[in-house]
Amino acid sequence: MATQHSRSAARLMMAPAVTLLLGWMLVPLTMTLYFSFKQYLPMRGGDLGWVGFDNYVRFVSSSAFWPSVQATLVLVGGVLVITVVLGVALALLLDQPMWGQGVVRVLVIAPFFVMPTVSALLWKNMFLDPVNGFFAHILKAVGLAPIEFLSQYSLVSIILIVSWQWLPFATLILLTATQSLDSEQLEAAEMDGARWPSRFIFIILPHLSRAITVVILIQTIFLLGIFAEIFVTTQGSFGTRTLTYLIFQRVLESQNVGLGSAGGVYAIILANIVAIFLMRVVGKNLDA
Amino acid sequence: MGQIQLNKVSKSFGNVEVIPPLDLTIEDGEFVVFVGPSGCGKSTLLRLIAGLEDVSGGHVLIDGRDATETVPAKRGLAMVFQSYALYPHMSVRKNIAFPLRMAGLDKAEQARKVEQAAEVLNLTDYLDRRPGQLSGGQRQRVAIGRAIVREPEAFLFDEPLSNLDAALRVGMRLEISELHKRLKTTMIYVTHDQVEAMTMADKIVVLQAGFIEQVGSPLELYQRPRNVFVAGFIGSPKMNLISGAEAAKHDATTIGIRPEHIGISQTEGTWKGTVGVSEHLGSDTFFHVQCNASPEPITVRATGELSLQYGAEVWLTPRQEHLHRFDENGLRIE
Repeated sequence: MATQHSRSAARLMMAPAVTLLLGWMLVPLTMTLYFSFKQYLPMRGGDLGWVGFDNYVRFVSSSAFWPSVQATLVLVGGVLVITVVLGVALALLLDQPMWGQGVVRVLVIAPFFVMPTVSALLWKNMFLDPVNGFFAHILKAVGLAPIEFLSQYSLVSIILIVSWQWLPFATLILLTATQSLDSEQLEAAEMDGARWPSRFIFIILPHLSRAITVVILIQTIFLLGIFAEIFVTTQGSFGTRTLTYLIFQRVLESQNVGLGSAGGVYAIILANIVAIFLMRVVGKNLDA
Repeated sequence: MGQIQLNKVSKSFGNVEVIPPLDLTIEDGEFVVFVGPSGCGKSTLLRLIAGLEDVSGGHVLIDGRDATETVPAKRGLAMVFQSYALYPHMSVRKNIAFPLRMAGLDKAEQARKVEQAAEVLNLTDYLDRRPGQLSGGQRQRVAIGRAIVREPEAFLFDEPLSNLDAALRVGMRLEISELHKRLKTTMIYVTHDQVEAMTMADKIVVLQAGFIEQVGSPLELYQRPRNVFVAGFIGSPKMNLISGAEAAKHDATTIGIRPEHIGISQTEGTWKGTVGVSEHLGSDTFFHVQCNASPEPITVRATGELSLQYGAEVWLTPRQEHLHRFDENGLRIE
C-alpha cells in the first residue's frame, strides 16, 4: 500500500520535470520536422505549402554539404585528440606535488569559465591577428612574415581556440581519475620491473580509460554544435563551414527555413551515428 | 642467495627522523618478521629495503653488494602489498605474468611459469578471471603468485593479511609459512600482530619509534624480553607489569609476570584480590583480578574448567622462576 501510494506520489511529483524536459525536446524537434517538409521563406512570401522531400534533396545535393560534414568531423576529431592527449599530460603533471598547487589548478581550469564568444574574440584579436596579434609580434621579432592564421590556417585556428576552451574540462576529469589511482599499484609495477613508459601504458592509461571515455562522449556532444567560435572568427569562410554553421546560413542568411530544417534533421542523424559509433567503441569501457 | 644487510640505515622525512641509524642482518633463507605498534617505522624500513623509499643515510647490502643506489626492479626482491596492488584491468594470468613480460621473457616461458605458480597456489581455475571477481584470499594468492614467478632473492610482505577476516588469516598464515619451508627463500614480513610474528618467524625484530628493541627467535623474545617494551608487546594476553613497592621487594623498578605463570587459589597465596571480568575461551579462562599489589588488574590464565564468580575472593601466587625484573631504564636485570 505504502509503496504504491508513494510510487504514484513520486510520479506526480516528477511529472512537471518530465513534461518540461519532453516539451523542451519534442516541440523543437516536431517544428523542425514540420518545417523541413515545407517551402517556407519568411521574407519572400512566407509559407508556400508542402514540398515533400524537396528540401532534403536540395540540402544534400548542395555543393556545400559534404565539405561541411568533413569540416565538422575534422573539427570534432582534432579537438578531441588535442584535449585528450594534453589533458592526460596536464593531469599527470598537476598530480605531482608542487609549490602553489591550488593556484595552478585554478589557473588551468580558468579558460572553461570564459564564454565561447569572448574567448573567440580574444584569440582573434590578441593572438591570431596578423597586425596586432601576439603570434604576429613573435614572428616579426624573429624576422619572419606574420601569418594570417584565420584565412591561411582557418580550421586549425578554430580547432586551437576550441581546444583551449575544452582542455580544462578534460584535464579536470582526468586529474580526478589520476588521483584515484592506487599508488601501491604503481609501486608494485615498479618492483615488477616496469619503467615509466610501461607503467604509463599498462597501469595509468587503462586506469584512465573510463575517464577518457566520458571526456570523449561529453565533448563530442557539445563540439558537434560549435557555433560562436566560427561566427566570431571566420563567418564560415575558408573551409570552416561546419554542418551547424551551414544550417544557420540556410535559415538566417538565405532566409530559407524549410531547407535549414532539413539540414537540422541531417545533423540529428549525424549526431546519432557518431553517438552509436562511439558507444560501440568505448561502451565496453563503461561496463567494466 | 638472499642475504640482506643494513648498515647504519636511516630515514628522515623533512626534519622528522623516522628511523635513526640502524644495523640489521637478515641471513639467507630466514623468515624475519618486523613487528611493532603502528607508526613504529616497520613499513618504512621494508620500503627502504625494497628501494621504494630512498635512504637518508647508510647502506643496504643485498648478498654483499651495495644496493643502496639500485632501482627497486634490479634488487631482485619481490613485494606483496597490503592492498595486494593487483592490476584491476588484467586477468589473473596477465597479473602473474606481468613481471615476466616486463623482463622480456618469451610467451611460452611466461605461460609455463604462470601455470607452475598457479598450481602451487591453487589458482589454476581462476587464471582467466579479473581480480575484481576474486575473494580476498584469492587476491592475496594472486599477489603472492606475482611475487613467486620472479624467483626473487627475497620476498617482502607488507602487512599482507590485515585485510582478511580472522579465519582466512589463520589459513593464509599457514600457507605462507609452508611456502617458505618449500621455497627456502628469505622472507621479510611486516606486521603489527604479534601472534603472526610469533607463529611464523624464525627471527623477530621488535621495533619502536624506529629503534630496534630486540632481535631474536620467538621463544627468546618470549622467555627473555630485553626490556619492558618487548615484555609488554610479545605474548597474548599481555604480561602483567607491576611497579612500585611490590617491584622493590624484588630489587627492581618493574617486575613482569605472564598470565600463565600465576597460580590461582581460593584459599592461600601471595597476593589477595577479587575477581573481575573472566573470559572463557573453552581451553583456557582468563581472569582479571584486582589486587593490592598492582593498581591495574592482573590477568591470570587458568584451565578452562575453573569458574569463579565476579567479586569472588582469590589468592594469586606468581612463580618466582618466571618473574622478569627490569631496572629504572626499563632494561632487564639478569
